[in-house]
Parts: sequence; C-alpha cells; structure tokens
Amino acid sequence: MKHTLSVLVENKPGVLTRVAGLFARRGFNIESLAVGESEDPRLSRMTITIDGAEHPIDQVTKQLHKLINVVKIRDLDPQHTVTAELMLIKVAAEGDKRTDVLQIAEIFKAKIVDVERRSLMLRVVGAGDKLEALLELLQPIGVLEVTRTGMIAIGRGRG
Amino acid sequence: MHAADGYARATGKVGVCLATSGPGATNLVTGIANAYLDSIPLVAITGQVRADLIGTDAFQEADVTGITLPIVKHSYLVQSAAEIPQVIHEAFHIASTGRPGPVVIDVPVTAELAELTYRRPDGPHLAGYKPTVEGHVKQVRAAARAILEAERPVLYVGGGVISAGAADELRALAELVQVPVTTTLMGLGAVDEREPLALGMLGMHGTVTANYAVHECDLLIGVGVRFDDRVTGKLSAFAPQAKAIIHIDVDPAEIGKNVEPSIPIVGDARHVLAALLAELEKMERPAGRTAAWLQKLEGWKTEYPLHYEQPADGTVAPQFVIEEIERVTGGDAVIVTDVGQHQMWSTLYFHYRFPRQWISSGGLGTMGFGLPAAIGAKLGRPDKTVIDVSGDGGFQMTMQELATAVNYNVPVVVAILNNGYLGMVRQWQDLFWNKRYSFTCIEVQPDFAMLAEAFGAKGMRVSSSGDVGDALREAIDSGRPTVIDFKVAAEENVFPMVPAGQSITEMIGGKAPRKTGGAKP
Repeated sequence: MKHTLSVLVENKPGVLTRVAGLFARRGFNIESLAVGESEDPRLSRMTITIDGAEHPIDQVTKQLHKLINVVKIRDLDPQHTVTAELMLIKVAAEGDKRTDVLQIAEIFKAKIVDVERRSLMLRVVGAGDKLEALLELLQPIGVLEVTRTGMIAIGRGRG
Repeated sequence: MHAADGYARATGKVGVCLATSGPGATNLVTGIANAYLDSIPLVAITGQVRADLIGTDAFQEADVTGITLPIVKHSYLVQSAAEIPQVIHEAFHIASTGRPGPVVIDVPVTAELAELTYRRPDGPHLAGYKPTVEGHVKQVRAAARAILEAERPVLYVGGGVISAGAADELRALAELVQVPVTTTLMGLGAVDEREPLALGMLGMHGTVTANYAVHECDLLIGVGVRFDDRVTGKLSAFAPQAKAIIHIDVDPAEIGKNVEPSIPIVGDARHVLAALLAELEKMERPAGRTAAWLQKLEGWKTEYPLHYEQPADGTVAPQFVIEEIERVTGGDAVIVTDVGQHQMWSTLYFHYRFPRQWISSGGLGTMGFGLPAAIGAKLGRPDKTVIDVSGDGGFQMTMQELATAVNYNVPVVVAILNNGYLGMVRQWQDLFWNKRYSFTCIEVQPDFAMLAEAFGAKGMRVSSSGDVGDALREAIDSGRPTVIDFKVAAEENVFPMVPAGQSITEMIGGKAPRKTGGAKP
C-alpha cells in the first residue's frame, strides 16, 4: 500500500539532505517527494510518498522521527486527504496533431501555457493517476519533455 | 576521538574532542561511527575554513557535516560566532539525553576568531526533540503480569542499562522476581557476574548457559538492547519458546526493527525498571515460581563451564592472562579492549562487577580503539587501575598514542596478547575456510617492549605462565604507562562460538568436557 507522509521539518539548511540521506542509508525508496515552506515560515512541510509493501512504514516514520529537525509526521489517511501534483508537458504538435492535443487538454482541464510553431506546452494539476492517464494519451502524439513537482497532500478538516 | 569515547564510557559524562579542518576532521570519522553505533555521548568540534570560502575547495576544506551525516545523532555547521553558545548547549543536550550519541559542530575559523559577549542561552530550542523517559503505565503493568506468569523468564540486558545508570534497579528487579540475567557485550557490568542470577554474555561468543537460557525461555525481557545479529544469530530461531517478548528501549525505532515484541515499552531503562519494580512490589508474587528454571540453569553452568587447555608449546594461554588480570587487580580494574579474540576472551574470563568497568568497541568493532580509549578512561577514572587488553594487530593501529600517555603521564597498562595473527579472522579462516590463512599472519612486527621504551613508556615481555601475575603487578605498581608483550599460543580459538547466521544453540566448542582452567559460568 502506498503511504503519504506529511512531514513538518525545521526550515534550515541541510534538512532535506538529512531526510534524503536517511532514506538512502536505510534503503527506503522514495516514490515522490515535494517540499516547501509551511504556514509557519520557520517550518517546511515535506510530502513523501513511499510504498508500504516494500518498507515497513512504522520503521520509516520512527527513523524519520529520530532526526532532530523533524518536528511532526503524519501518515495521511487516503480517505481524508486531498492530494495534488503539478505537471508541465511539452508536446510535439504540428498540423492535425494540434487539434488532438487541444482536445485532450480540454478533457483533462490542462492549460496551454506556451504555444510555438511546432509544439505546445500544457500545465495540468491533479492526482497521480490523472497525470498518468494524460501522459498515456499524449505519448503517441509525441511527448518532448515532462516535469512534475511530486505530490503534495493535506488532510481534510481542521485536524 | 577514541580517547573522548573512552572517557565518556568510563564516566557517563559527555566526551569532547577537537580537530582541525580537512584531514583533522576526516580522521575523526571512524571514531564518530564507533560512538554512534554504541550510543556514546560525544561532542566533536571540528575546525572549518573561513565562512566565505566554504564551497570553494579551499585549503584543508572538507564537507565535514556531509561526510559525517549518516553517523551522527545530529550536527551543526556554525555560520557566525553569535550562534556558538546556543549550538554548544544544544549539542551537549542532544548528545547526552534520550539515546545518547555523537554530535558534530563544524566551526569556520572566522567564527572561532570573532568576539562576542557571552549570554547563557535560555535552554535548547528543539521543537522536534523530546525523548520519552517514562514508560507507558499500561505497558509496564502488562510487563509485570507477564513476568509473574512466566516460569522460565530471562532478562537480556544491554548498553541501554549502562547508559541509563539502571544497574541498581536491574539488580533489585532480578532479585525480587528471581529472574536470571544475561548481558550483551555492551551490557557487561550491568550485573555483578559473580552473582548466581548472572549467566554471562550471550550470542556468538556467549556462554552455553546464556544461549540455552534464551533458547528455552518462555519470557524474554530485553532492556536497552537492539537484537543485534551477533546476539540473535539466526533471527527465526531466536528465543523460539518465548510466549512473550518484552522490549524496553529509549529509542522507539529499535522496537520492532529486528524482533516484534509482544510488550513494547519506550522509555529510559532506569525509569521503566523502577516503575516495573514498583508495580511488581505491589502485586502478589508466587514464591519459588522460577526455582526449577534456576536449578536447570545451574545444571548447565556445571555441565558446560568455560574451558581451555594450557598450550603444549609452553607459551601462555591467552585466557589465563585475563584470569590473572582479574586476580591481580582483585577484579576492580577498568578493562578496556581492542577488537578481536582478546576482546572475546576478556568478556568470557573476567567477572565484571560494576557498570562502566568494561569499555570496548561493540557495534563497529573498531581495531585500534583500545589504547586511546584506555587513556581517556584513565583520565576519567584516575582512581582505578585501567588495563587495555589488546592484540598485536589492533595495538599497531594506534600505538603512537603511547606518546600521548607518556606526555600526559597517564599510567595505563597495555596487555598485548601477542599471537602473531589477526586472530579472530584467522579463526574464521581456520574453522570455515579450511585453514587458508589469508592476510592474517603478522609476519613482521616490532619488538613491543622496545617500542614502548622508545616512546618513554615501560616495556615488558612475558613468555611463561608463571610470570604473568608478577609482570602485571609490576606494571601496575610502576605508575607509568606500560606495555606488556604476552607471547600467547598462536592458534588458540575463542570458544564457544556460534557460526554466523546459525541458531545460537549451534555452538562450536561449548560442550567439550571440563578441563583445566577457567571457571566463569
């Protein structure tokens, strides 16, 4: 099972290295990691996705907790979590293909953020599976470049 | 670094070590890793190049916080002098609380040379660091009930009991409910090994009784231990009859890492054992519940004592040297060791009596640890005789520290069990690789007695059993740093031994008939 950890860390130099280093040293595989400042500028929030089948999630969180700069960890319940990921895609789009791309973009509510003579750039926000589906449709048309932010997540309600 | 480590182990206080930038700092890496694996409280302060030069590959620049990242409890790269007071306070707090460990502070020379008005920080500000001290009340109660239900309980205690200062609570608990105690390498000294409830060390080179006890126990009570592979052997065959496993540790990450306990308790060993003791004192305790079990263990102690033979070639038996050290010092000396066969003989043939009497590199198994650690231990405990038991291999890795011992007049006694081999590796090559000795024979070695004299220390040489005791006495009485080169049997092996990855009941050399020599249970 996939786990999404929301990790509150001190906003200090080297903290990302400590977290990444810990995962590397303990052999934990990160599927996705996103980090940025939180509601408190002294703290950053990391969203880390890992495969629970591959690594005992309990060990991962306990080891993370041992890092002095880690303040709080939540293993987010997928039922009560909003997740999102941002993706930019550059697609080869000449002639007839242009219409195809524009149609697909509309279905996925992807925004066209750059138009060139031979290509289009799409910006799309969504959960991981939505982004995968979009990529799959664009692949035969000609995906030139993809970049993704990694997933961010937040628990619903006040808790 | 090892000296600061030895000091910390001998006193329980934080050891401190200073090094210059670049190569000075990188030379600390082994020592830091050693302290990290054994949870020793240390603060290492390393010099760094000017703050404005960091990242430019300046002269003697090394990324010290980067290099040491996986082997520290925490580290700091100071930017300016103004940060130093807060950082130093936090470093000592982190190093010495919770599960202790090494903290590195990297200080650029610009911060070292700047001036500031010192104000005592109002305490550490560590939002993410709150070690659990007290055990969960319900869990403690569950543990107490499990202990009273068990018929064949065993206490398996480690370094956590030493670092928490929990030996008194441990003894009181063991005596109250009559539970036998086996210790790990790091836990030696947690119980007085002359006591009937003491089973000696368990694991790869543990006593037969300790390993059988763990194998047949119906309740295993781990305190300040981490179910290390040298202790458990084959995990699936470890404590197979235990209906319950209690695991008490200050580090929650240790619980469930290797073995899933039925009753986990996170907390400081002293606080948890005290709470457990208080709980048990309130409860009705059936008398003599473990009597049959203790009798069985006594039977094993008699049936499978440690044993060795006097070498046929007239050299000294290494085990005998350890026994003589105990006899001559009245068992009161602080014993420091290097790593290898001599280390294991030191665990087996000396009866440890009090916490911090035994100082040895456990987790990392760092050869070369002995002499500098002994110097640190002696500085911390000048009232005690400090003996460094070493091998001819390990001693040569840090023997230059004799100069330090002489310079600062630190009268440690180095007992080299000289067999001309890297003996423990040779033993594995003997037992498992058909005696194809590779890179283990030390064909060229210095004359250790002359070497000691060259450093201005006292050097001695002993090649017959009859002289062992007198030589030790002379060395201790000299009040000088002394090296004694004991010429011991070249191909003696350490027994009992559990081959790596086997169940801890699969011992080699544990069941041989009683012969001359050692009598430690």
